[in-house]
Amino acid sequence: MEERRLDGNAVAGMLSRVLAVDATTVVGTCAGCGAREAVGETLVYADGPGVVLRCPGCEGVVMRFAEIRGRLVADMRGMATMTF
Amino acid sequence: MPITRGFRRRRAEPPDGAALPPGQYLTPGFPVLSAGPTPHTALDQWRLTLRGAVDPERSWSWDDLQALPQEDVEVDIHCVTSWSKLRTHWRGVSVDTLLDGAEPLGAYVMAGSYGGYTTNLPIEDVTDGKAWVVHTYEGDPLEPEHGGPARLLVPHLYFWKSAKWLNDLEVIEQDELGFWESLGYHDRGDPWLEQRYQGD
Amino acid sequence: MADWLQAEVREVVPETPSAATLRLAVPGWRGHTAGQHLDVRLTAEDGYTAQRSYSIASAPEDGDPAITVERLDDGEVSPYLVDEAQPGDHLEVRGPVGGWFVWLASRGGPLLLVAGGSGIVPLMAMLRHRANVRSDAPARLLLSARRPRDVIYAPELPTVGAEIVHTYTREAPPGWTGYARRVDRAMLEEVAFAPAERPWVFVCGATAFVESVAEDLVALGHHASRIRTERFGATGG
Repeated sequence: MEERRLDGNAVAGMLSRVLAVDATTVVGTCAGCGAREAVGETLVYADGPGVVLRCPGCEGVVMRFAEIRGRLVADMRGMATMTF
Repeated sequence: MPITRGFRRRRAEPPDGAALPPGQYLTPGFPVLSAGPTPHTALDQWRLTLRGAVDPERSWSWDDLQALPQEDVEVDIHCVTSWSKLRTHWRGVSVDTLLDGAEPLGAYVMAGSYGGYTTNLPIEDVTDGKAWVVHTYEGDPLEPEHGGPARLLVPHLYFWKSAKWLNDLEVIEQDELGFWESLGYHDRGDPWLEQRYQGD
Repeated sequence: MADWLQAEVREVVPETPSAATLRLAVPGWRGHTAGQHLDVRLTAEDGYTAQRSYSIASAPEDGDPAITVERLDDGEVSPYLVDEAQPGDHLEVRGPVGGWFVWLASRGGPLLLVAGGSGIVPLMAMLRHRANVRSDAPARLLLSARRPRDVIYAPELPTVGAEIVHTYTREAPPGWTGYARRVDRAMLEEVAFAPAERPWVFVCGATAFVESVAEDLVALGHHASRIRTERFGATGG
């Protein structure tokens, strides 16, 4: 049981810097397994040097973020598509 | 930004004479930082492979690792998120021992973990007594949430270079970007030079 | 929504020995939906900043937001907010954020809420909203707490207009004949609306609690698409 993981709700504030819309309601398709899920349903690992969002189905990385010199760097390649 | 009256950072005071790298603070406990779920690898399945631009390539089972000369080390560790822990105690095998009799043909190493994490570092930062593959922390078997059964330990660099759940050491000729490095963290990561981000 | 707003603490209301509600004055606050949260940023005199997320406890109809914070023993921010913050203190807030874990009365019910400890906060905003707009959607709250004195909003719960089912995991009140164990599948089967009624389900609390409850509800026949979860973490404190 992963006690420390959270879900996409925990990064909604951070994602408001990236997306003009409420991020947790964005529905994405996992590039790894094809599952569709709302960002609010992703599994979030937020303790580290950055934040990692993983697919609740296959646990693959769907998005990654890091704060580099005060600027948010986003890698969203793990979401094949996103529906806003 | 408005000041919040009475709010201050929670931190422990360093023992007299202890120097911390710039921007670092002591913290109680041993924070668990992770990019993903904790892998659980049975010892009879565990392997560590040394491969890539190295001659010869080799691989060790858990028993092989335990049969190598072991070292006990006391080191300070520094996380890029700014917490530090002084005088931590580990037991494991020096990377020099793993490379003994092998010739690296590249100047960089990509450390890989069960679960897919990677981190790149210069090979000179894991040789000459600077790095170990450790399996025991403070006298007890290393717990999975802290990287057990075995992790890389490179205490002179920021702790994200000390890959948990170590599985793979690939010697590479050209530097490549690992998991956090590809988002902008430093290729080397020396806390005394505050090498947190690319370009520092 | 991405900008930080200045906020001032208007009132600090103790709720339990370890939790307090802070009513904030936030000029420019544009309102929220029940279930959303906000991010709080504190700045120390040396420039050190810390950010945490807290669920909004107040109903949308109540205007400026209130948050309820539970003190984590080795936390950095929560002990300050619960024990030291005073009216007039300055914070910054960002939000509201989180449009996924929300309920509006216009979505109808029945409404099943399952809370572990401080997970009750966003669910209470939903119940307060429901009461404010006089929604007739049936609502039931299953609330797990260690002991009676740990129940946040205890005096208000009997009057909020929903069925409240308590379970205590450490110590029940004297003479208690209700549930006295961790939430499990059998309890959920007894307490939840039938899956055929297609309730909206919101589960909030620590990760282990939320994932266990969600799994049990799906096993009982509730459709995953009607279940929304919010995991509270100890990352930060």
